[in-house]
Amino acid sequence: MTHTEGLRERVEDYSLLWSLVLVVGVLSVLPLARLLEEAIAPGGQFSSTVLVRVLSSAATWTATRHSLVTALGGTLLAVVVGGVVALLVSLTDIRGRNAFVFCFVLPMMIAPQVVALAWLQVFGPSSPLLKLIGLAPALGSRNPLYSPEGIILVLGIQYAPLVFLTLRAGLRTMPRELIEAALAGGAAPMTVLRTIVLPLMTPPLVAGIALCFVSCLGNFGIPAVLGIPGNYPVLPTLIYQRLAGLGPAVLSEVAVLSMLIGFIAVIGILLQDLMLRRRDFRISTTSSTARAFELRGWRLPVEIGLWTLSALVLFVPLVALILTSLVSSVGVPINSATATLSNYDFLLFGHDAARRALVNSFSLSATAAVAIVMIAVPLAYFLVWRRSRLLRMVNLVTEMPYALPGVVLAIAAILLFLKPLPLIGLSIYNTVWIILFCYLARFLVLGLRPIISAYYQVDRALEEAAQVAGARLMRRLWTIIFPLVAPAATAGALLIFLTAFNELTVSALLWSSGSETLGVVFFSFQQGGDSTYAAALGTLTVIVTTILMLSTLLLAGRLPLGVLPWRD
Amino acid sequence: MARLTIERATKSFGALRAVDDVSLDVKDGEFVAILGASGCGKTTLLRLIAGFERIDGGRILIGDNAVSTTQAHVPPERRRIGIVFQAYALWPHMTVAENVAYGLSVAGVRDPERARRVAAALTLVELDGYGERRPALLSGGQRQRVALARCLVTEPSLVLLDEPLANLDVHLRASMEDEFARFHERTGTTMIYITHDQAEAMALADRIAVMDEGRLLQFAAPSQLYREPANETVARFVGDGIVLPVAVRSVDGSGGCIADVYGHVVTMRCAPAQRAAGTALACLRSRDLAIVEPAAAGVSARVDRAIYQGGFFRLEAHVEGAPDKLLHLAAPEPSALEPGAAIKVDIADGWIIPGTGGN
Repeated sequence: MTHTEGLRERVEDYSLLWSLVLVVGVLSVLPLARLLEEAIAPGGQFSSTVLVRVLSSAATWTATRHSLVTALGGTLLAVVVGGVVALLVSLTDIRGRNAFVFCFVLPMMIAPQVVALAWLQVFGPSSPLLKLIGLAPALGSRNPLYSPEGIILVLGIQYAPLVFLTLRAGLRTMPRELIEAALAGGAAPMTVLRTIVLPLMTPPLVAGIALCFVSCLGNFGIPAVLGIPGNYPVLPTLIYQRLAGLGPAVLSEVAVLSMLIGFIAVIGILLQDLMLRRRDFRISTTSSTARAFELRGWRLPVEIGLWTLSALVLFVPLVALILTSLVSSVGVPINSATATLSNYDFLLFGHDAARRALVNSFSLSATAAVAIVMIAVPLAYFLVWRRSRLLRMVNLVTEMPYALPGVVLAIAAILLFLKPLPLIGLSIYNTVWIILFCYLARFLVLGLRPIISAYYQVDRALEEAAQVAGARLMRRLWTIIFPLVAPAATAGALLIFLTAFNELTVSALLWSSGSETLGVVFFSFQQGGDSTYAAALGTLTVIVTTILMLSTLLLAGRLPLGVLPWRD
Repeated sequence: MARLTIERATKSFGALRAVDDVSLDVKDGEFVAILGASGCGKTTLLRLIAGFERIDGGRILIGDNAVSTTQAHVPPERRRIGIVFQAYALWPHMTVAENVAYGLSVAGVRDPERARRVAAALTLVELDGYGERRPALLSGGQRQRVALARCLVTEPSLVLLDEPLANLDVHLRASMEDEFARFHERTGTTMIYITHDQAEAMALADRIAVMDEGRLLQFAAPSQLYREPANETVARFVGDGIVLPVAVRSVDGSGGCIADVYGHVVTMRCAPAQRAAGTALACLRSRDLAIVEPAAAGVSARVDRAIYQGGFFRLEAHVEGAPDKLLHLAAPEPSALEPGAAIKVDIADGWIIPGTGGN
């Protein structure tokens, strides 16, 4: 008997599988487990003192109330805007769909804190835009966006694309015959919408609402830019202020706070999960989108309406941001004499931290993107082609660090890495590595999802053909599978890069001198009143983001449908 | 080159026994077709031989090497077999030459030896000069040949072909059939050919294994399969056989017998072990049936349908008084036989299906 034949292959298989399980465990499970431990047993001892103190503090509940108000308000606005746009784009015969989807989804890819600053520039007394048309409020008057309404407005605009995308994905799978049958039965378009489309779209709609709620709840950039000056703390900003003001001494306290926000988020996620029991990432091949409604005479007005909306939520704030970045100091009216590139010059050549941040953010984002692809390609191989109970668990836990608010992961990482690592005695706390760790944990699922959907489109016989040719697993992964999923992997990598590049939530809590990210530097400019520098930095990130998004469109033809959110 | 021995192989998926107690002994250099309708278990059997699935019971040997047993499992990459996949599974990101060279590279064969063998394999399938093309630019038949070259370049001991002609159009099929036959002749490789098309299997194979619901029904040479089906399912499946109840009056002990088909006495063939029996089943072929004068000896039948098939009619009829006993035969053009017409059918030959009575 030849029991040893095939032993080497089995060992190879299992060691790869278990390394991946270990990586996912360290990235996704370990930090959250550590956080849980801290909340129950602060400093290693079971005690409820911290828990009781935090939960009986008035500030905790004020921030919780604020968080709920802004998250629910932002969600409501996002659902109305995103839902209506999704229905119009998916079900009617408007023209220029691709360009519109790109413009409509773009705000979601821009850093929230930059969006918030841009909106401040639109409405403030020093608004270059309003000054241009002579409508600026009196100097010294308070910017109306420093308010819960302001936070809700910007949250709603930021996350409307999220609702749009979920609902649109649902509408894509709806056969147009269902609508046509109702129309043929004599129902008016609005009746069809009410009785056919919306009931069928309940699961994606609820999913979108839950996703949007969790994102609004966890958002740090917008309430930080608008709420801190407006003295309107929400849970993420409360955690930030406590930690920034008092340092690691209050770790147990902020651990409880982040558990609280995590708890609220989990309720949202569970609700989403309940509605999405039967979702899978497979892409249906019948992609005949239901564009059943002809607008006829209404087409032009609807198109004008949609592009006006796009102009309001994208172009107006961006123009305001760019104009601010071109003046020497806030309040100077812009004209050909005052316009200057000195802010950019200062950022790129005069300010050490900004230059450092540019390098840091670039290398952190690129490293995270490449490393995640390296993990995700073999991991997706096992997830899609070697299903088991263990792998279903792995699939589930990879979602956690992304689904939970970023502050939760950041606090968990601080707890995990505050002491030097066991065995090697090195500490990664206060270095750039702790940020990288969080990026890997948080964005793993962003790379995994497109790669998984690519696997579903690959004929497994291609792998089996390599197998009978004698190629072992690692060789098959590298020479056959990787080239086949490369377009999706590239898209995933770019998605990770863009998200990490614009990220603030995690790095605001984890940065140290020398490991600043662009988000951190932007935020400190903004907090310090240097709005023109912040605007210039924000403009730079918007430019990089837009260029990268556009470049992905070159890949579009070779990607599974739905991998690039900004492509219709 | 190697024999393939399958001993009582069993594979279940949940409650479904996809392969159920199948034994096959394929000789070195033999061309064997595994024939069956979709879902009969033939693809699972192929995947067991290839090693993509683990066996639940029994064992599989390639040469003298037990590659699948309930205790040990040699992975596909170590079995030294070749497979031509149904949709060819050519790697789209590689050229034709790279596709063919892959197995050699894996085995550590380097240029110039590798290039020489790739060129030789491409010559063998008559694709000289196509090495630098991408598979996407080739026709179906050319892709098929690349897949063949890829699987043969490493000189596997055993080649598995999974419905290799299913994706080709009718014209191409005939010429590819020729190609497989010549190919087998030239290389002498043991080949297992999975198909649902009996014409293909008959034309190509030394022996055919007929499968149904996971079980092996008969494993025999094509002509024996046609002339002497081992059971009713094979009789009906192969060559569109007609199965009618008969009484075996007498046997001569050397493969001949006298049978009574609805009162019509016919000389038929049977197994030497066959004994006289009041009821048995006979397999009849439509070419052995002929319409005779109403007064002549024969089986009375009534026409159900007459289907024009170009030059002749296929008459479908049932035995008079037994509407579920169906038979069919060819009637030359012109034919005035309408549905409902009474006919008399003479039977020239038949085969008593073993195990249906008298043994």
